[in-house]
Amino acid sequence: MDHSLPAGADAIVMDARDHVATALRDLQAGEVVRYQAGGKAGSVTLLEAVSFGHKLAVSDISEGTEVRKYGEVIGRSVAFIEAGRHVHVHNIEGIRGRGDQAEAKEGGGAL
Amino acid sequence: MTAGSKQATFMGYERENGDVGIRNHLLIIPTVICSNQVSSRVSQLVPGAIAVPHQHGCSQIGADKDRTFDVLAGTGMNPNVGAVLIISLGCEVVDPQALADKIRVTGKPVEWFDIQSVGGSIKAIEHGAKLARELQAKLHMQPKVPIPLSRLKVGVKCGGSDATSGLASNPALGAAADSLVREGGTIVIGETTEIIGAEHVLAERCAEPVIKEQLYHIVDRFEREVERMGADMRGGNPSPGNIAGGLSTIEEKSLGCISKCGTSPILGVIEYAEQLPEGGLYFMDSPGNDIECVSGMAAAGAHIVCFTTGRGTPTGAAVIPVIKITGNGRTFKLMEDNMDVDVSPMLDGSLPLEEAGERVWQEIIEVADGKLTKAEILGHQEFSINRIGPSL
Repeated sequence: MDHSLPAGADAIVMDARDHVATALRDLQAGEVVRYQAGGKAGSVTLLEAVSFGHKLAVSDISEGTEVRKYGEVIGRSVAFIEAGRHVHVHNIEGIRGRGDQAEAKEGGGAL
Repeated sequence: MTAGSKQATFMGYERENGDVGIRNHLLIIPTVICSNQVSSRVSQLVPGAIAVPHQHGCSQIGADKDRTFDVLAGTGMNPNVGAVLIISLGCEVVDPQALADKIRVTGKPVEWFDIQSVGGSIKAIEHGAKLARELQAKLHMQPKVPIPLSRLKVGVKCGGSDATSGLASNPALGAAADSLVREGGTIVIGETTEIIGAEHVLAERCAEPVIKEQLYHIVDRFEREVERMGADMRGGNPSPGNIAGGLSTIEEKSLGCISKCGTSPILGVIEYAEQLPEGGLYFMDSPGNDIECVSGMAAAGAHIVCFTTGRGTPTGAAVIPVIKITGNGRTFKLMEDNMDVDVSPMLDGSLPLEEAGERVWQEIIEVADGKLTKAEILGHQEFSINRIGPSL
């Protein structure tokens, strides 16, 4: 990351390819959140509260999508996520370091 | 000193082998858990002495035993240490004579004895205190001299991360890391676990194809170990606190982590506690565990660790200052006892990245010059050795 953060933003989108913004303060349901993404202004209406440091969807994310932040893949959605929803462990999962799934694959045949 | 001013030197200690130190500690090393209590008692009798009690040193074999030896030796060899007293039980697997010989290569005074030969705890404490007092007296005679900033070796670490780590404190530390590398100094980043999902970004910065292969190899080895345990990393890393702070996956945490080492090319991958080369950026294969990683960096010869945290942690280290940097304004206020640098104004746009980096860089220079970190003032001397084998 080679940029400074914009003054007075409610949320920050790190890269134009990102599906999510990070809340820079505690945000309430119904708030219209404005952000900059790749030099363009965007806004999204929050469907639920999102705490400082947590993520919100800036676009609709279909189930099974590789979700991006910093322009890179941070995980995969496990449900449809509407723009304005809180994005966290309840609707995205990690793809890497998943020993639980390795075991499920191996054990699957025996069950 | 004003922000932006250039100071090409700091006042430090010249060692006999040409190393330079920013502190002048008397270190008391128990070779084994069985000599922890005697070591701690001796350190209490000689103010300024630092003991490093630990759980290991016996019932270990092979690479696991070697790792414990390397961390103890590296901690003794660390240039911030001026003299060493080794206290052995007398029957453990870590050989105190070999440990003393290894540390003596640096030219610093090293003494050792074993509790069984001296005749029990009380006599050992008395004997140890006499030796420690003599060593401490010698250290106090040593003058400080001007040393170029290019000689500094700094570890970069993050722990207790939240979303502000990736947005503010890690990029700020990265800018400071670039300043040190430009001066000719050395940066080491570790935490192999916490580049999972971001290794492709770092791999592109490896100076040679063989370094890139090594980087992929150590990440793959770590991930296979996690898979062998049959568990999801999530919950262990990212930790419950990371998740409460807004980090959802290891990939997200990793992508936020890597900016703390700056933008220099990666010149090599070193083993945990392996001696750091001089100049440029290196990757040390280490766990993400805060104390194990920082102890490994100290054993590798780092003078300072810069530690970013969003949630807040009090941790220090036995022989090196740990500078705590946070991008979370609430944490800075709540845990001001433990936080050295606040870069949270980055988040409302009032502190540009470049200035935040300069703030961290100036703190590094001042701490090298003798300014105590909060962790040092409060006596934080955490020490932990990473293990890679079973206890026998």
